[in-house]
Amino acid sequence: MSETENTPTIQMPDPARLVVSNSPHIRKGTDIPLIMFTVVGAMLPACAVGIWFFGLAALKVLLLCTLSCVVIEEAWNKAFKRPSTWKDGSALITGILLGMNLNAGVPWWVCILGGILAIVLGKQLFGGLGFNPFNPALVARVGLLIGLPEIMTTWNQPQAGNMAADVVTGATPLGMPVGDTPIMNLLTGNTGGCLGETSAIALLIGGAVLIACKLIKWQVPLAYLGSVFAITGIAHLISPETTHSPLFHLLSGGLLLGALFMATDMVTSPMTKKGAWIFGLGCGIMTSAIRLWGAYPEGVSFSILFMNALTPLIDRVTINKPFGYTAPVKGGAE
Amino acid sequence: MSEKTRKFKGGVHPNDSKALSASKPIQDAPLLDSYKVIMHQNIGAPPELVVKKGDEVKKGDLLAKASGFVSVPLHAPTSGTVKMIDKCPGPTGISVPAIEITADGEDEWGDALEPIADWQTSDPEQLKQRVWDAGIVGMGGAGFPAHVKLSPPEGKKIDTLILNGAECEPYLTADHRIMLEQAEDVVLGAAIIARILGLKTAVIGVENNKPDAIAKLTEIAGKYNVTVQGLPVNYPQGAEKQLIYAITGREVPIGKLPMDVNCVVQNVASAVAIAEAVVQGRPSIERVTTVTGKPVVEPGNWRFRLGTPVSKALELVGGVNEQPSKLLLGGPMMGIAQSSLGVTVMKNTSGILLIAHDEVSLYTSEPCIRCGRCVECCPMSILPATISQAVENKRFDWAEDLNVTACIECGSCSYVCPSHRPLNQHFKRAKIEIQAQLRKKK
Repeated sequence: MSETENTPTIQMPDPARLVVSNSPHIRKGTDIPLIMFTVVGAMLPACAVGIWFFGLAALKVLLLCTLSCVVIEEAWNKAFKRPSTWKDGSALITGILLGMNLNAGVPWWVCILGGILAIVLGKQLFGGLGFNPFNPALVARVGLLIGLPEIMTTWNQPQAGNMAADVVTGATPLGMPVGDTPIMNLLTGNTGGCLGETSAIALLIGGAVLIACKLIKWQVPLAYLGSVFAITGIAHLISPETTHSPLFHLLSGGLLLGALFMATDMVTSPMTKKGAWIFGLGCGIMTSAIRLWGAYPEGVSFSILFMNALTPLIDRVTINKPFGYTAPVKGGAE
Repeated sequence: MSEKTRKFKGGVHPNDSKALSASKPIQDAPLLDSYKVIMHQNIGAPPELVVKKGDEVKKGDLLAKASGFVSVPLHAPTSGTVKMIDKCPGPTGISVPAIEITADGEDEWGDALEPIADWQTSDPEQLKQRVWDAGIVGMGGAGFPAHVKLSPPEGKKIDTLILNGAECEPYLTADHRIMLEQAEDVVLGAAIIARILGLKTAVIGVENNKPDAIAKLTEIAGKYNVTVQGLPVNYPQGAEKQLIYAITGREVPIGKLPMDVNCVVQNVASAVAIAEAVVQGRPSIERVTTVTGKPVVEPGNWRFRLGTPVSKALELVGGVNEQPSKLLLGGPMMGIAQSSLGVTVMKNTSGILLIAHDEVSLYTSEPCIRCGRCVECCPMSILPATISQAVENKRFDWAEDLNVTACIECGSCSYVCPSHRPLNQHFKRAKIEIQAQLRKKK
């Protein structure tokens, strides 16, 4: 036959170079690094405000934490002959989050100790990304808080635009008497506290980015913040002299940072929307209870870790009803 | 008549890439020197051979007869000689029995089936028998014998006939062109199927991204009391269960069939085949297939005889501009990857698709980060991430408890997974393992 002679110019696929694999054959293109680096981007406004108010000391803490997390992750991978994972961006997030959760004035070794706690205790001992039950940055923060209570409860006072190294320390607004801190300062971040938690506006911008990019379930922060607002609101109504206003509670301490960036961590929060509501609500109730009646002025970290522990259970009880599901008939023939 | 349309939960929105071929009219592929007709083209039992090497056959003559109720006959795509009955590359990569016909060039019809001109008054049983005799299967992809769907068992009352014109798979435009160019046959087919089922009406469901097809069908549908319903553009809108839900609001129970919720669904191309089988007496020997993809020189919609090798189809579209990464039969979401150009067009080949290198990269699966995207997009509302982990741990009993058997293998979960986990593959495996367990118990 002469077909090949008739069509000499046609290029045909080379069957030997065809890939055979399972469907689907196209992918959406979202991958882990894209997700992680978008989250990093969303955290930058709050970091920038932290550096503005707390000076180069804040930058130093952020860099040290990030660097130590990434280096420790890689060292762990090397030591256990696992493939390199720092490029997926998850250690980077842990590092930045850890830095945001520290006071700008902490000594350098606290950052490194925090990095070890976060990456080794919080993440790698469980099997690495995806397998850690607790938010690694929070594991480190709580570990440091319990081990080094003095360092972890001393806070630098903000000095806008002052990049000098000398600092003045003071209390976090949550530890101050009712009515001492103007709400405006909480919005901008001109207040004492961990370097990444003080500016409500910067955190909300980052949170809006996360929600717009569908990187977090909006149900978590809404349920979390809503329940804290409701519970502290009731407490404030009952005794306005001794309890901060609900708005103050929302904007102060690590609540916004926790609700937007830490409770929403995909790995350690429930997968279903229903689960997200329960998770956020639980965090809110716990945080309010600790803030109102607990020994610590702040309860965000403990609440989120507590709810992290409940996540597998929440996932189990919030399984969606499958399409076309009919409850099996008891004693049925089949 | 505008009916209420429901949106099923979940779904994904891949780039539909239909523009490559949507405006290309259907062309009849020229007669080839030979055809390799794959024997087993239907779900169910393969047909039984009735010809032998050296036999002369006319176009439309029987090559193999149905070997049971869930089986359909196979007919000659052209007139010629049965050259040999041998193995040919099959769609799943395994060589399968095929009948090779050497064409005599006359393309002369035999006298197998008589047209039934008076179908509006004839016995519905006769019409159903004709659907069977013509060897018609679900042409949307599944290849399920059409007559079986038209034979609800005692006690099952069918009240709704739905024609599936959703064509939700990206790239494919064959059904779109059929609805535009053969709208009369689509509606006629709907009316014939409705008569077989004892119904007065039928609904044609079309995704709203094909407004021209909806307009064209609506124009003539009233003639046979058929309605056309636009559907939201959401993959997998054309999956049988999602389609039934969109149009009727009924949920087909897991493990059950459309007839369990009193529905019958047929693909629009199958409806055309049924119309042609009844009114013209033509058996199912050809089909419209979209040959497309970025590497294809001239994507288009072609009417191929059964047994046309993919290599010949690709010659008709001018070959390729670049070496593709994948060759698929079907669409990019559910199609089957091929390793040979020798595989031939079957009754359920809706597309021959070439995927470029930049569209498909080879991924390593990474750990699940529990982002929940798969849970959100699953049209069956199961938990792909959790089931996948159960499968990785070989806990098929867990997978079963989590209703993996409800999975329709649409691939939406794998499509969105940022960790590139082989979710769909895991579910296919789990289903096979669960089936094997069941068989062992019996």
